Amino acid sequence: MKSKLFGAATIAALAFTLQPAAAQQSIKIGFVSTFSGPQAAIGEDMRRSVELALEHLGGKAGGKKIEIVYEDDQFKPDVGKARSEKLVQQDKVDFVAGYIWSNVLLASLKTVTDEGNTILISANAGPSQIAGELCNKNFFSTSWQNDQTPMAMGEYLNTKGVKSLYVVGPNYAAGKDMLAGVKRTYKGQILGEDYTKWPDQLDFSAELTKIGAAKPGGIFIFYPGAHGVQFVKQWAQSGLNKTVPLYQVFSIDAITLPQQGELALGTLGAQEWVNDLPNEQNKRYVADFKKKHNVYPSYYGAQSYDAIMLVASAAEALKGDVANKDKVRAEMKKADFKSLRGDFKFNTNQFPIQNFYIQETVKDPAGVMTVKTIATAVTAAKDSYYDKCSMK
Amino acid sequence: MDYLLIQMLNGLQLGLLMFLLAAGLTLTFGIMDLVNLAHGSLYMMGAYIAWTLIAWTDSFVLGALLALPATFALGVVVEAVVMRRLYARDHLDQVLATFGLILFFNELVRMIWGPAGKSIAVPAFLSHTVEILPGVPYPAYRFALIVVGVIVAVLLAWLVARTRLGMLIRAGASNRRMIAALGVNIELLFSLVFGLGAVFAGLAGLMAAPISSVKIGMGDDILILAFVIIVIGGIGSIKGAFVAAMIVGQIDIVGRAFLPDLLKTFMAPAAASSAAPAISQVLVYILMAGVLVWRPTGLFGQRS
Repeated sequence: MKSKLFGAATIAALAFTLQPAAAQQSIKIGFVSTFSGPQAAIGEDMRRSVELALEHLGGKAGGKKIEIVYEDDQFKPDVGKARSEKLVQQDKVDFVAGYIWSNVLLASLKTVTDEGNTILISANAGPSQIAGELCNKNFFSTSWQNDQTPMAMGEYLNTKGVKSLYVVGPNYAAGKDMLAGVKRTYKGQILGEDYTKWPDQLDFSAELTKIGAAKPGGIFIFYPGAHGVQFVKQWAQSGLNKTVPLYQVFSIDAITLPQQGELALGTLGAQEWVNDLPNEQNKRYVADFKKKHNVYPSYYGAQSYDAIMLVASAAEALKGDVANKDKVRAEMKKADFKSLRGDFKFNTNQFPIQNFYIQETVKDPAGVMTVKTIATAVTAAKDSYYDKCSMK
Repeated sequence: MDYLLIQMLNGLQLGLLMFLLAAGLTLTFGIMDLVNLAHGSLYMMGAYIAWTLIAWTDSFVLGALLALPATFALGVVVEAVVMRRLYARDHLDQVLATFGLILFFNELVRMIWGPAGKSIAVPAFLSHTVEILPGVPYPAYRFALIVVGVIVAVLLAWLVARTRLGMLIRAGASNRRMIAALGVNIELLFSLVFGLGAVFAGLAGLMAAPISSVKIGMGDDILILAFVIIVIGGIGSIKGAFVAAMIVGQIDIVGRAFLPDLLKTFMAPAAASSAAPAISQVLVYILMAGVLVWRPTGLFGQRS
């Protein structure tokens, strides 16, 4: 009796363990982003790019169908964590990608990479912690570490000879990283530094008045999405646009420009990807995106496209068998795919080693506001935290 | 000195904007005993309706003026369809139902106007800076906000203090059941008050739109501050809402403009620049807690 029960239990257990491998007909990717509320436009741009990546892949990688499960983080860390947990536990996805916000990513990281032992690819957020002491073998980035883009801006300001700077950003994980980044490379004088309440401060009059009184050679800001719209509008309305130039990261892009309009004309920003980078895959991506949606894609979209392509490259090399995580990670580390920014390598902490460019806000021949590359700020840049990472 | 003056104007302008939002909230809360979390949705709808009408009429002033009766109508409809069913219920049910309304309005806006948000440009005749003192420029639009805010506050004061409707509103705020017993048509009064609150919220939304952006959930961010203001001012009191909004506006600006430098006088600069934003963000809540300890019904609250 006892042995019979044991036998039955063994068979049942075997059946259960075998089931996922046998049932794996498709490669499942969970995609977490913001699809509702004021920042939903960013999530929409990412979703469109993921769909375009699938289209370019013919919906398949390594002979298997790619399946995407989208989840809305509602711009909230707790919701993002719960949705990530659902993807890992309930949907049993093979990969989780996405994440716009550093605070949402930090809240979800352990749920996915440790408790779920699932590979996570950040398509945007790059908090310093994950590049350094919290680095994880299951974490890959197809974007950047937060400090890097502002560091590139700082280098450019040095070469441009901007004597003094006033820096402003929101008071949360990414805001602190961004301002720390520009301060690390910029050699001129920092005349002032303000952190504003995130995400519900809508009025920047006090900060702009302080900037006007400090008379800096430039303002540096980090205000992603809808907040960038507000800051740029108020900067222009205050009359400071005539006296103090604005330098930005992640605050003026394809998503915010329709609302900022001509107020943003001539401002400079730093970015690792620009829509006019001259490689074949990028030309195809931008042309197809514009044809489908009649707007320019943004770096959020480009990074999401790359995240799907990275997964597809590993699946292709393994002929669709993504069950062995060690093999998948080894393949992903090669970054053997055609990135929209041109080829890049992964550092030991699995963040990209890549170039950063300076982009200017211009009007395209059709009169649409967009950005174009005017200079390369830094080449093959590594982030400043990888030596704190235990992975070598 | 100029710097101080401009920062005070910034605080005044912020306070007046908050007052418009808080006035409607304190009316509905104080008179109708209704907790309306969806007040921020009316603020958002005001901005979106104004955006549509401004695009349609091609004039900021005309579009804004047309948006006011439209938000009034919206308020009356919301009152008749949803709010009327909630008066007899307790506050928890009201919170749940009006929270549902927030989600409803956010989705509605997404379906009609899309997720990307809209932008209302500052009207051309206000898109420059004025010199309030020689050599001290101030954005003309913000100056116009102050003027409109003051006019509306005066109008509202007149309405509440000098008219029959105002008398009923004040009576309703101090004893609702008594005025019903005296034969006042409570249903009509409530409809009017709610519609009026919607107009003020809509006006605040459309006036804030050119300096911020018209986006989904724009009212949710500002609603908490409006609740803080009506609690400080005393629930149901227009005068209280005005005074509290002025104080909160100034405190908010002081916290952002002067606190970092103040802290640097006795703290290390690095510690001061990280402590200042944290402190300035909780200043209004500290004020609220202080007022509640000193006067549990708020500065001008009537109920014991």
